[in-house]
Amino acid sequence: MNLNIEVNDQGLTQSVKLAGEIDAYTAPKLKEALLPLVKKANVTVIVDLEHVNYMDSTGLGVFISALKAAKEYESELKLVSLQDRVHRLFEITGLENIINIDSTVRGGK
Amino acid sequence: MEPFQFNLENYRKVLERYINTEDESSLYQAEQFSKLSMQNNILPEEIINIHIQALKDLYPELPKEIDASLNFLLETMISYGLAYQQFQTLRQKQGELESEISIAANMQQTLLSTYKPKIEGLDIGAVSVPANIMNGDYYHFVTDQNNNLGIAVADVIGKGIPAALAMSMIKYSLDSFPKTQRNPSIILENLNRVVERNVDTSMFITMFYGLFDAESSKLQYASAGHEPGFYYCAKSDEFFEITTKGMVLGVTSDSTYEQYEIEMDQEDIVILLTDGVTECRVGDQFIESDEVLKVIREYMHLPAQEAVERVYRHFEKLQDFQLRDDFTLIFLKK
Repeated sequence: MNLNIEVNDQGLTQSVKLAGEIDAYTAPKLKEALLPLVKKANVTVIVDLEHVNYMDSTGLGVFISALKAAKEYESELKLVSLQDRVHRLFEITGLENIINIDSTVRGGK
Repeated sequence: MEPFQFNLENYRKVLERYINTEDESSLYQAEQFSKLSMQNNILPEEIINIHIQALKDLYPELPKEIDASLNFLLETMISYGLAYQQFQTLRQKQGELESEISIAANMQQTLLSTYKPKIEGLDIGAVSVPANIMNGDYYHFVTDQNNNLGIAVADVIGKGIPAALAMSMIKYSLDSFPKTQRNPSIILENLNRVVERNVDTSMFITMFYGLFDAESSKLQYASAGHEPGFYYCAKSDEFFEITTKGMVLGVTSDSTYEQYEIEMDQEDIVILLTDGVTECRVGDQFIESDEVLKVIREYMHLPAQEAVERVYRHFEKLQDFQLRDDFTLIFLKK
């Protein structure tokens, strides 16, 4: 069980590619990588979850913290290419209504 | 035998005798030295130091290579001794923490204990198993004088001790609402404000709240982002997902919760759960909800309590089964 985090710095756009599993063990690592990125004004942080095949509720917690920080710092957080199982979590919890999720591109199984 | 004193003179005598005779009793005395050193917290490098001194007393003309090698050993043991001391301190601290955690876990059980009420015409079964020592899942039953039943099932996101503490807060908020006000959507709205104000930003709570009216057999319910349960309709012999809309507790202060209603017929079952059930895995594979329903179907003819326990045991017995999240399953059987 591991999570690979790849950050591509393009100035005002930061893309973050994740691969692996987001759970209680890997969530702190994700939080550490993601929070500093959204704590900059006018930045758009795009998180690509195409290769995330498992996420539990601790992962949701990280994205909530990131969303709250983004609001505070006037940056933007965007999630793209979610696999169905991961997308379902955002759907059930009602979080898809407050987090910018682009579900036009779904990640593979 | 005389008790030893761990000093240079004693050590030298024993060492000298051993070098000359290689007898067993000297070795036995060496063992006594070791035990005594342990008891008196004598560090390994001190033993080496005494050995070096004793050796130099006995053989003042040691070759300089041997002399240098002994210094080398001494330095090595100094580092070892430091690391060992740290290890001991950590081990002691760990022991203290473990006992504190187990006290906290016991306390949690006492704080969160709920009784399973007897409601005429409704058979209730409930099982809740923590993945770790403290449970982040919670269920709670409340009854009023008209035999109506309030049911709360919740899951704190964020695990371990902070989650468990947040759960206690939820329980006491739930208890503080007036008994006459058990409307599910209003209860969730109120709880949401409590959680939003009080809990750390990365922590939030999902909850299903239901109110069963014993007279009309109607179940009113609302959900705050909780894993959907299932409704088994005996007449058509089918399962339906209990779909609801509603934001998890503690994210935005103004969330509202839509309320729904089911009228239960004879033999119908309401199945409530947490995501520990639907996120079970066997090896690398998730157990799909079809599979969960198949297992539920196998045991649902049993009395509710026996049925939920058998379902849990069924999963537990699977090979490579790992409980990654707390597991809670409740049956309300008409």
